[in-house]
Amino acid sequence: MKYFAKKYDIAVIGAGHAGIEAGLAAARLGCETAVFTINLDWVGNMPCNPSIGGTSKGHLVREIDALGGEMGKAADANTLQSRILNLGKGPAVHSLRAQIDRRMYAGYMKHALEMQPSLEIRQGEIVSLEKRDDGLWYLATNLEAEYSAECVIIATGTFLGGRIYVGDVSYESGPDGMFPANKLAEELKKIGVPTRRFKTGTPARVNRRSVNESILEKQFGDERIVPFSFDNNSKIENKMHCYVTYTNKETKKVILDNLDRSPLYGGKIDGVGPRYCPSIEDKIVRFHEKERHQIFIEPCGYETEEMYLQGLSSSLPEDVQLEFIHTIPGLENAQVMRTAYAIEYDCVDPTALDASLEFKDFGGLFGAGQFNGSSGYEEAAAQGLVAGINAARKVKGLSPVILERSGSYIGTLIDDLVTKGCSDPYRMMTSRSEYRLLLRQDNADRRLTPLGHEIGLISDERYNKYLHKIELIEAERKRVMKTVIPPSEKLNDVLVSRETSPVVSGVRLSELIKRPQLNYDILTEFDTDRPDLPYEVFEQVEIDIKYEGYIKRQQAQVNEMRRLEVKLLPEDIDYDSILGLRLEAREKLSKIKPKNIGQASRISGVSPADISVLLIYLEKEERNDK
Amino acid sequence: MIDDSVIAAVATPAGVGGIATLRVSGEKSIEICDRVFRSINGKKLNDLKGYHAAFGKIYDKEQPVDEAVCLVFRAPHSFTGENVVEITCHGGIFVIQKVLRVVLENGAVPAQPGEFSKRAFLNGKMDLSGAEGIMSIISSQGEQGLNASLNLLEGSLSRKIDSVAQSLIDICAHISAWVDYPDEEIEELDENNILDTLSSAHNELKELTDKFDSGMAVTTGVEAAIIGKPNAGKSTLMNLLTGFERSIVTDVKGTTRDVVEETVNIDGCILRLSDTAGIRDTDDTVEKLGVERSREKIKRSAIVLAVFDSGDELTDEDRTLIDLCKEKPVIPILNKSDKETKIDRDYIESTLGRCIEMSAKNGTGLDELRDRVTTLLGTKNFDSNAAMLANERQRQCCLNALSSIEDAVNTLKSGFTLDAAGICIDDAVSALLELTGKRASQAVVDKVFSNFCVGK
Repeated sequence: MKYFAKKYDIAVIGAGHAGIEAGLAAARLGCETAVFTINLDWVGNMPCNPSIGGTSKGHLVREIDALGGEMGKAADANTLQSRILNLGKGPAVHSLRAQIDRRMYAGYMKHALEMQPSLEIRQGEIVSLEKRDDGLWYLATNLEAEYSAECVIIATGTFLGGRIYVGDVSYESGPDGMFPANKLAEELKKIGVPTRRFKTGTPARVNRRSVNESILEKQFGDERIVPFSFDNNSKIENKMHCYVTYTNKETKKVILDNLDRSPLYGGKIDGVGPRYCPSIEDKIVRFHEKERHQIFIEPCGYETEEMYLQGLSSSLPEDVQLEFIHTIPGLENAQVMRTAYAIEYDCVDPTALDASLEFKDFGGLFGAGQFNGSSGYEEAAAQGLVAGINAARKVKGLSPVILERSGSYIGTLIDDLVTKGCSDPYRMMTSRSEYRLLLRQDNADRRLTPLGHEIGLISDERYNKYLHKIELIEAERKRVMKTVIPPSEKLNDVLVSRETSPVVSGVRLSELIKRPQLNYDILTEFDTDRPDLPYEVFEQVEIDIKYEGYIKRQQAQVNEMRRLEVKLLPEDIDYDSILGLRLEAREKLSKIKPKNIGQASRISGVSPADISVLLIYLEKEERNDK
Repeated sequence: MIDDSVIAAVATPAGVGGIATLRVSGEKSIEICDRVFRSINGKKLNDLKGYHAAFGKIYDKEQPVDEAVCLVFRAPHSFTGENVVEITCHGGIFVIQKVLRVVLENGAVPAQPGEFSKRAFLNGKMDLSGAEGIMSIISSQGEQGLNASLNLLEGSLSRKIDSVAQSLIDICAHISAWVDYPDEEIEELDENNILDTLSSAHNELKELTDKFDSGMAVTTGVEAAIIGKPNAGKSTLMNLLTGFERSIVTDVKGTTRDVVEETVNIDGCILRLSDTAGIRDTDDTVEKLGVERSREKIKRSAIVLAVFDSGDELTDEDRTLIDLCKEKPVIPILNKSDKETKIDRDYIESTLGRCIEMSAKNGTGLDELRDRVTTLLGTKNFDSNAAMLANERQRQCCLNALSSIEDAVNTLKSGFTLDAAGICIDDAVSALLELTGKRASQAVVDKVFSNFCVGK
């Protein structure tokens, strides 16, 4: 028999990467919060790659950290190996990635939730959800306990209506052998949430003892490790390494010969898969001319021999998987511990959400993570954080925090989702941002910490530390602009050896740092009065000076875009009454209800001509008002 | 929204022809035409499908005006994207004007110049460069110009710009893939390939901006200044070129006080000529103003005709004048060739190039002048089929793109990373998309407001 168990301010459904950040943020902002999970042993599970970060995802983690989220700290505490990708391609695209001990990480996150005041974590499958006349949401577990909350955040990942496919075999399931959330899937359809089917997949895991490590190319971590968290105080060390290997003609042949046994190519899966994270069979079909694909073999943890085969995601039958894995150098005798699978799940059309991540049509209901159509732990955590913050602000009667596209990857991610929608699982990429040089991972704290403090997730202590860092940067920048280095034979030898022109008279240190061929390190011996400062301070000063012209240029692009962002579209605007808008544009605008012209211009199906029509409409309205 | 008014205008050229067409556009255009048109079979235009026509008569109240065929276009399948009726009746100014008047009396308003294209643009029926092409047809004065404008309308500019933009977008895409997938063995971009692409994009755009003045010369015309010391024969030359006695021609120095303007067509090349007051240091305030204006005028002009009196010694005034216009495309003219030559021809030619001997009074040397003008403005062998920029806005976009491309090249050459070069390339792409109106920006919209007089 159903019983009423408890009233919360905020209830979070799911304790994956989105649910964790949502729950912690809400509780830290002072709301009585509950986080429900189907399996308490796998809070913050990594059902796919055992790593956090990567191109643009590393940016997301640092932004989450700058706003007061947990992911960066958890990753730092459980790092097996750390690398910065894209070194040499410019600071705009440097990306931090770390291999993570997944069991330790899950344990860390469970403990973080357990220790959080105002937060209760509860194992239980949510099977019903409805809003009643008292304005509260009511949700019940499979054990018939009923809870109420002012706001509910859905963060169901791949559990919602989950179904696994391996070749001809398919069955209802969540990831990693956990129960799916089938009843909730039906419940959401019942209340009218617009869901659809997406799919994603994961590769096989093998036992290290069966891998021929001696013939494989090793990949080591960086010597100087950069932590994810700006608040990290402990030393991080590389504990393990990865291997690199490649598929070959044989692999390709096995896959092509068995393509008809793939549920995807056989048409059994309706769900749309991620274009940007394709299975090995997708890669081989789509890039037919490519003779080999790179595979990384990554450790899953310090106390397990299980290894992850990055790049080999597949939904081919188990026997085919074994056959093609064994064609790969180093994996000839690999013992597969877990089979690769594709998983299909329910998610929402994110254009049903506002940029606050609250549903437009269901007040108090929020969505976050894979449920919103994204893919990836970092994307999920970023949304969880924003949903948690905004649910808490709603409970407290505050206006939502909307992150700007020009200020963060998180803002870009959410704007893309709620404005453009997605037709396949959305993965963050640096190319999604127009403002890469401004949105660097190294300056995430400068971009977002003040906001994090204002929201209330960054402590005064941490904020003061941040302010101190900014002071140091400013003082060092001034010093570098003032310092004049006298010409000398030694200096000119160095300049010439770096293929940059020698100097005849004294030269400002800043002028030398500006040269792309030079940097702080090279100039150490000539910069005799250099103060002893943290590396991060030098890094900021160097990038600020070296890229000054380009940063200004990008800032000008932002300002141009802002001119359209400040043109607000009234909430009650009737697009059907605006002559000149094309039919498709009218439908899209009415559905998405953009807040301003800038957002409207990013909706696919709204053409520049439609935007001109809207601008002219606004202009006319304004003149009429006068 | 743009306007719920119905606009009407005669679409065929003025003059006597076999037939003439009136175009009526707007949501209620069909209703309005039904008020003035009665078809033979009694069917209302409102009952016709798009692209269907009816034969009948236009009535002014109960008085028949003329027989007419009405062709109905239904939104959005029309030139403007709105409901359109084209009324074709017998030619002749009186008849068609009368039909227009009847339509206006029944609720339509006269279309402003370019308003049909404005509506077409706002309704997404053509891109901005197409709309601008039509604007330039309307204001086009020469025959070659009409061709070039038609060409713009057909999108040869859009196509050219799109293909340049695409080559730049391809670089950006490759850079993106290369940074977003460090694990995928994506081929590193060869810097020389990028530089090659940038340089060919640069050349194509440069060609467009270089041809801009020639293009303007054949479409809307370019400013040309006639300068010379007082009484060198400027006004006589102007009168020779225009064929009218427009300037006051006297023997008293400095009689041309104001800038007199006139448009002339020289072998397809349109010059907006202006005769200026002689350049001379003077205390006469009225004339001083004239001198200042001349300096301004030279600055604004695309071509300068510098007139010297070949019967006089070269004076300080002449030297000042030579100095003023030496940076401009200039044609030095030794006027009064019928008189004995005293002027230092070598001095002039060493700075301004070969002189033309002329007698503006009796017209000798005119053919050579025409030849020099068309050569200098590049209109002599002007290919009216090639893509060209139609206005200053497009030229500005092109110049912005050029400067961004130059920045990208310098960035790469000085050893900066690709991410920095990418920002410059992004800027170039934005400028090009803005040119064709494929990227909405406030700048485009401001231009729409100023060019198409939208709003109230």
